Amino acid sequence: METSSGNLKRVTIEPVTRVEGHGKVSILLDENNQVKQARLHVVEFRGFELFIQGRLFWEIPVLVQRLCGICPVSHHLAAAKAMDVIVGADRLTPAAEKIRRLMHYGQFFQSHALHFFHLVSPDLLFGFDADPAIRNVIGVAKKFPDLALQGVMMRKYGQEIIKATAGKKIHGTGAIPGGVNKNLSVDERDFFLKDLEKMVEWSHGALKIARDYTIEHLEKLAPFGSFDSNHLSLVRSDGAMDIYHGRLRAIDSKGNRIVDDVDYGSYVDYIAEEVRNWSYMKFPFIKALGPEKGWFRVGPLARINACDFIDTPEAEKARKEFMAVTEDKPNNITMAYHWARMIEVLHSIEKIRELLHDPDLQGKDLVVTGERRSEGVGLIEAPRGTLFHHYRVNKNDQVEMANLIVSTTSNNEPMNRAVKKIAEDYLSGNEITEGLLNHIEIGIRAYDPCLSCATHAMGQMPLIVELFDCNNNLIDRKVKN
Amino acid sequence: MSDKVDFIIDGEEVSANPDQTILIAAEEAGIYIPRLCAMKDLVPFGACRVCTVLVNGRPQAACTQPVASGIIVENSSDKILKIRRTIIEMLFVEGNHYCMFCEKSGNCELQALAYRLGISAPDLPYLFPDRKVDATHPDILIDHNRCILCGRCVRASRDLDGKNVFQFVGRGLGKEVQVNSSAKLAATDIDVTDKAVGVCPVGALLPKRVGYRIPIGERLFDHNPIGHEIETNIHNSSVKE
Repeated sequence: METSSGNLKRVTIEPVTRVEGHGKVSILLDENNQVKQARLHVVEFRGFELFIQGRLFWEIPVLVQRLCGICPVSHHLAAAKAMDVIVGADRLTPAAEKIRRLMHYGQFFQSHALHFFHLVSPDLLFGFDADPAIRNVIGVAKKFPDLALQGVMMRKYGQEIIKATAGKKIHGTGAIPGGVNKNLSVDERDFFLKDLEKMVEWSHGALKIARDYTIEHLEKLAPFGSFDSNHLSLVRSDGAMDIYHGRLRAIDSKGNRIVDDVDYGSYVDYIAEEVRNWSYMKFPFIKALGPEKGWFRVGPLARINACDFIDTPEAEKARKEFMAVTEDKPNNITMAYHWARMIEVLHSIEKIRELLHDPDLQGKDLVVTGERRSEGVGLIEAPRGTLFHHYRVNKNDQVEMANLIVSTTSNNEPMNRAVKKIAEDYLSGNEITEGLLNHIEIGIRAYDPCLSCATHAMGQMPLIVELFDCNNNLIDRKVKN
Repeated sequence: MSDKVDFIIDGEEVSANPDQTILIAAEEAGIYIPRLCAMKDLVPFGACRVCTVLVNGRPQAACTQPVASGIIVENSSDKILKIRRTIIEMLFVEGNHYCMFCEKSGNCELQALAYRLGISAPDLPYLFPDRKVDATHPDILIDHNRCILCGRCVRASRDLDGKNVFQFVGRGLGKEVQVNSSAKLAATDIDVTDKAVGVCPVGALLPKRVGYRIPIGERLFDHNPIGHEIETNIHNSSVKE
């Protein structure tokens, strides 16, 4: 809990989610009603690291994905990659790696589509200040029915890919230590080829909406919740974007490389986590820069900024256009996350197309093992950013230690900064306005944080906003459902 | 072989050998009586009581109760289904059964019975007992959280493997399966190829490092409910006579 003393006022905004994660925004004002401090308090994921201790290592990819219902594949694969190290599978069979990649691209496709169409599109299509009664997914479905249908069908397509590779749309079992438990049948492949080009076309459409909106409103969006930051991502050893596997790279806001070409197995030498007494979520930072300057952003924006190129032609074209806005320097605009996210949607469907035409997917050699190890690190680029899984396993095959750094944790400091910036720009007086609520919500939403998972379905985040004076007396309260 | 005896199960006339149990006689007639402790090649034990049927109105374990001429057996009346559901629920709540990540999911007889009997969540309160995992053996593990005390491993090790690795100790809620070593499983002479390792109906006694190898869609109960093979007469008797 934040503290207030002297002539300070405290504003509390409490987003209440229905499933996992629980977040609250509090803004501390000074006597002149200027924003002194803004904090996003998040309670999520704690406990998993502890209660998986003692469980058998092959259970972990299936167990730990229960962290989340939106992108469980990320946890499933990150844990499986860590367990690959444990079982000594240094190189998976082509079939196994490609099935896992297909699963992951399918997940990116569905997760990004869900976020963009169901959650973000109302803000972009109706405007930030539009009536919340129509600025939601139902409003989109009424006014833009074709677009709403595309969102649903794109999500379904990605979910079906997950089902075909993991066995279930949510919480499957496909990735096992050292490989996968099934390949893709010819029938399954043909099923996906049927609608593939339509998905490519719709991805272009979604990208165009995000791009056009950003370009048209650049003047307003550029400063909106924006700030200079470091960016961290996995990139392929040749510098290409690679969301399944790569080496760690961190750049600063100008594009200088702080960490580059690092084997993620030694991430502990480069990344540390700070605990602060007012939040259950830790604050990761780049060791070389320290906690004050070493925080970084992850996710679509960080990935586009950190990579040298994208290895699929249409997405690469889109990346170049994106980078041109900031003259090939890193883009630090918070709202550019949406554009970056849609570039990744296009990249994902291009990768899915590439994979579906690859006969390795019908391969029968699915699992390899090698020399058993006691410690394994698995990293993956989850839809929301770099995801770290780190385990130690004892000689009896039981997990002794687990450390997870989830994407939303890395974006903790950036989201706090975004909220502070928005509060500074949009809070006036000691009354909570609809505008302030909307804008804070939109700023947080750009990061697609896990704490908003449960609000995807409704297309908006329920908020309770409370305004306290310097003596902690409640002087205003607004509830938005 | 002596003369056949005739009796009634759920209104259907069944003819059986007089030395058969109700469970076997029903099975040969294509009628599935749910069971967890009963298994082919293992002596009937009457431990789990899931096969409870009403014989002339009295609850009896079908796996141990011999047939008799003229008896009226209820296997699917509302009354017996209610009893059976309660027994299954008790098995769930007195252990720690987390199907969502259990490697036996889809191949688990307890889970399959819950599905067959329409139990989505127990009405009884969970006990959340503090139970241990014995993973000391290089190739086999015991997760006591999931043990339902059916005694299949006890009987299989003793009667089929000739090793007597497992035994029951304690009483009531304190009852558990223990290994015949003051140390743990690693100190016994069990081997991963022993029949005992393959008989567990749940995820309590398992070979190591093979979990989740069977993809969803190809597991035992992914497409048909437990008992389907008996009801469709696909296989021969699955339980020892």
